[in-house]
Amino acid sequence: MVNCLSDLFQAEVEETLKRIQSHKGVIGTMVVNAEGIPIRTTLDNSMTVQYAGLLHQLTMKARSTVRDIDPQNDLTFLRIRSKKHEIMVAPDKEYLLIVIQNPCE
Amino acid sequence: MAPKPQKRKISKRGKNKITLPVSEEAEPINMESMGHPEIYPLVLTTKTQEIFNCRVDEDITDEQPYKLIRKEDIFADFVNRAAVSDFYPVKKIIQEYPGDELLLVYDKDFRYGLNFYLIGTEEGKENYLNPLEVPEEQEEYKEHIPEDLYVYKPPVSKPWVSLGSEKEIDEETVKESTKQITYMISRKRSEFGAPIKFSDQNASSVKDAYIECTAYPDKNFTLKQLERDVGMQVVPQIKDISTQTRWTYPQNATTQYHPREFSEEEKKTLEQSKTLTDFLNNVSMSVEIALQQNEIMNVFIDDWKRLAEEEGTFGDKTDTHLKEYQSFTDLHSPTEKMITCVSWHPVIFGLIAVSVAVRLSFEERVHFSGKLLLQPSLILFWSFSDPIHPQLMLESPDDIFCFEFCPSDPNIIAGGCINGQIVMWDITTHADRIENIKVGGSRSKKVTLKPLFLLEPESNKEVMYIRHCAVSSIENGHRKVITDIHWLSDTFEINRLGSVFENRSGISCQLATCSADCTICFWDIRPQKALTPQPTEKKKEESIEIPFDVPSTFLHLDLSWKPFSKIRLSKGETTLDHCPTKISLSDDTLLYKEQDKAAAQDKAVKAGEARPYQNLEEGLANHLEPIDDFCTKFFVGTEEGEVIYTDWKMERDPETGRFMRTRLWAAEWRNVNSVIKDEMAFSTPTAKKPVSLYTVHDGAVHTVQRSPFYHDIILTVGGWNVAIWKEGVMSCFPELFLPHFLNLSAKQQFIAIADYFGTLHILEIPWTLSHPSTNEVSSIHYYFEREVKHLEYVEQRKKIREQEKKDMKLEIEKKKVKMHQKSKEQMEAELKMEYESYLELERNVLVNLGLIKVKETMSYVEMV
Repeated sequence: MVNCLSDLFQAEVEETLKRIQSHKGVIGTMVVNAEGIPIRTTLDNSMTVQYAGLLHQLTMKARSTVRDIDPQNDLTFLRIRSKKHEIMVAPDKEYLLIVIQNPCE
Repeated sequence: MAPKPQKRKISKRGKNKITLPVSEEAEPINMESMGHPEIYPLVLTTKTQEIFNCRVDEDITDEQPYKLIRKEDIFADFVNRAAVSDFYPVKKIIQEYPGDELLLVYDKDFRYGLNFYLIGTEEGKENYLNPLEVPEEQEEYKEHIPEDLYVYKPPVSKPWVSLGSEKEIDEETVKESTKQITYMISRKRSEFGAPIKFSDQNASSVKDAYIECTAYPDKNFTLKQLERDVGMQVVPQIKDISTQTRWTYPQNATTQYHPREFSEEEKKTLEQSKTLTDFLNNVSMSVEIALQQNEIMNVFIDDWKRLAEEEGTFGDKTDTHLKEYQSFTDLHSPTEKMITCVSWHPVIFGLIAVSVAVRLSFEERVHFSGKLLLQPSLILFWSFSDPIHPQLMLESPDDIFCFEFCPSDPNIIAGGCINGQIVMWDITTHADRIENIKVGGSRSKKVTLKPLFLLEPESNKEVMYIRHCAVSSIENGHRKVITDIHWLSDTFEINRLGSVFENRSGISCQLATCSADCTICFWDIRPQKALTPQPTEKKKEESIEIPFDVPSTFLHLDLSWKPFSKIRLSKGETTLDHCPTKISLSDDTLLYKEQDKAAAQDKAVKAGEARPYQNLEEGLANHLEPIDDFCTKFFVGTEEGEVIYTDWKMERDPETGRFMRTRLWAAEWRNVNSVIKDEMAFSTPTAKKPVSLYTVHDGAVHTVQRSPFYHDIILTVGGWNVAIWKEGVMSCFPELFLPHFLNLSAKQQFIAIADYFGTLHILEIPWTLSHPSTNEVSSIHYYFEREVKHLEYVEQRKKIREQEKKDMKLEIEKKKVKMHQKSKEQMEAELKMEYESYLELERNVLVNLGLIKVKETMSYVEMV
């Protein structure tokens, strides 16, 4: 039973990630844990590690900024728009979902 | 008035008496000081006392110490004794006394200082006599008595009573404290005046030689200073202490680390955890919203920027025609010539090279072959500055059909002849002539047209004939006309087996040619290691004399040049081969980036060499690295109007173990919408099966060229239409001729077009066509992508259609079978099935129409 559940979870995880990855313009998706260690990624290793480390720090900083201003507030979403792509970070207590998209132009 | 007798005197009176006679006018002394102003003390002598009968103890007793004396008596006394009279001092009082009798009182006790006194006033007298009867009576009594007597008593010396005055005097006097001592010193007289000798002597050496008075602290004079003025300042207590401690210097330390990563098992366990699932479920919604936002609209677009499409344009915008700029014609040749190949000089602007050939058909060529040998075949260099005279003329043994400038060194030109030979020229010595050419520059033109017979290489000053430096070997090269020649890029080279190597020499050293004998040959301009000794040919070489003005760059190749690799384009089962007319190579140098740097460095090293083409032998000795992922495919256009996409690489055939070209299936597509036909073919060791083959053009393929903007877009021109190909996609887009394909030797704003009659026209492209609008690149790109997708879709649709057809057939058959067995349930089941199949069909149709894509399920359906 436990096996089934875990498989179910895994299937769900796969399905969600696949759905996100299949959006138009999405370059890469990755799931990172609270310490910045990547769990699941669609990019190559070096880029994944780089993105994970840097964005994890940035998310922590952003979150602390928001909470410093208003302690009852919390960070829900972080979008970084650059010339070439847009990086979207969805933070959580334990994980981080990072999606890199090339917006249509 | 009689003067009254004077009374006894007192000692003090005696002084007064002496002094009195000096000044008669002086006031008599009265006892005013004692409170009795009327009492005047007198001293009466005994004689006076006798006169006036006031003798003491006789007339004046204690009972009656007073006596009344008549004024006349005093006056008579005055007359008698004048100044000696005792009453003289009070004479004035007596004169002024209003009464007749004056009272004289004997002062026994010397109360008023003298022995008698006189009362000067009447009322005094009255007071003395009357109110105080007892004392006054006594006084009167006394007065009377002593009035008569006066006794002069001289002052009696009393013993001196010390009143302390001697002490003062003692103090004031100066006395010698010590007794004075007298010295008497004597000396012999002879010693006086003797000469004296003085000498120095140490004082301490001789005892008692000197006497000193040493100073000693005298206690009498030492004063203990009990009070002192001292300035004080209060400061806080400060302590300076230093100690030696161990100070750790901050140092920069670097750590080599590798990122933390999860192992595979850990990843798996994490993936299977519920927390991750929940997280993703929560988060995916917002992420998808964000993604869709981006898909819908780009919020950061600057609308103003997008409005402005072009910058200021020069010239007329609406002008879209090509204007003729200049035209060049060779006036010197006797026969009519046609231009076979046109090429701009890669470096020098305004210089164009044209190869001319005789305009004859094959039979005529054969017929006139003798004549033709006499006339040189030329490549002419035209410059804009001189439309009549070509700048350079390159001579070749036979008509050149195609030529190309070497990309590494524009002074090296390779050309393909009509007889199958490759001809090489090196015009480095004349490079300075053509470099100084300026477009439209007013050079001193020698307008004189020279007649034909003067066209000798020596007499013509402006135009120079340049002889070729090398030709390929006739036996080993192509047998028919070389239709196209290309230099391979300087970044790679190919070996005999077709594998690609990194080109270390930094220069283009290989050529690819295709000819009408259905072969594609690869040539290397470097001296090849002779595999088999050919002494006979060498001897031939030595015997040939080389003209003096020909550079010896390619001497090693002359007449012995062989291609190192040949590709035969065979059509498979039939013996007819494809006759290639043009090839287009991938000039992709972006496939390998790491080696680019190495190549650049090599090039930099080589740039130091003045003439790299002289040292071609070195190139072969270098160890070359093979490049694996190089694209070894290229396009070939054939005479039949086909476009072949083929590969020059040879691979081991797994079955036969021999090296052969890869066996790939080819697709032949007659029209755009024709059916795909697969072809499999075996290959011979040197035969090559094309990767893909497309027949599009109605006539011979004239040009195959790559787009300068997109590396994988190729334009082919042939017959009556133009096709655009994308590498990797087995299809073609029979689309419009887009203005940004500047082919046909276009450079800058000019297109050079050669016509059949030997004239070269240079046309100027108007501004609008030559400059892409801002969106053009991206829009074209997008357009191509759309087209690719469209074609993919078409393919898919074909498949689906086929599938549908099969399904339909099956169903019809099924229906036929199940026709007789029908019950209600079965009917219903059948209806259900039919409905389901209908749904499926509908879905498929929708997919085909593009409304639903197969992969994306949820989002798009929702959107729709």
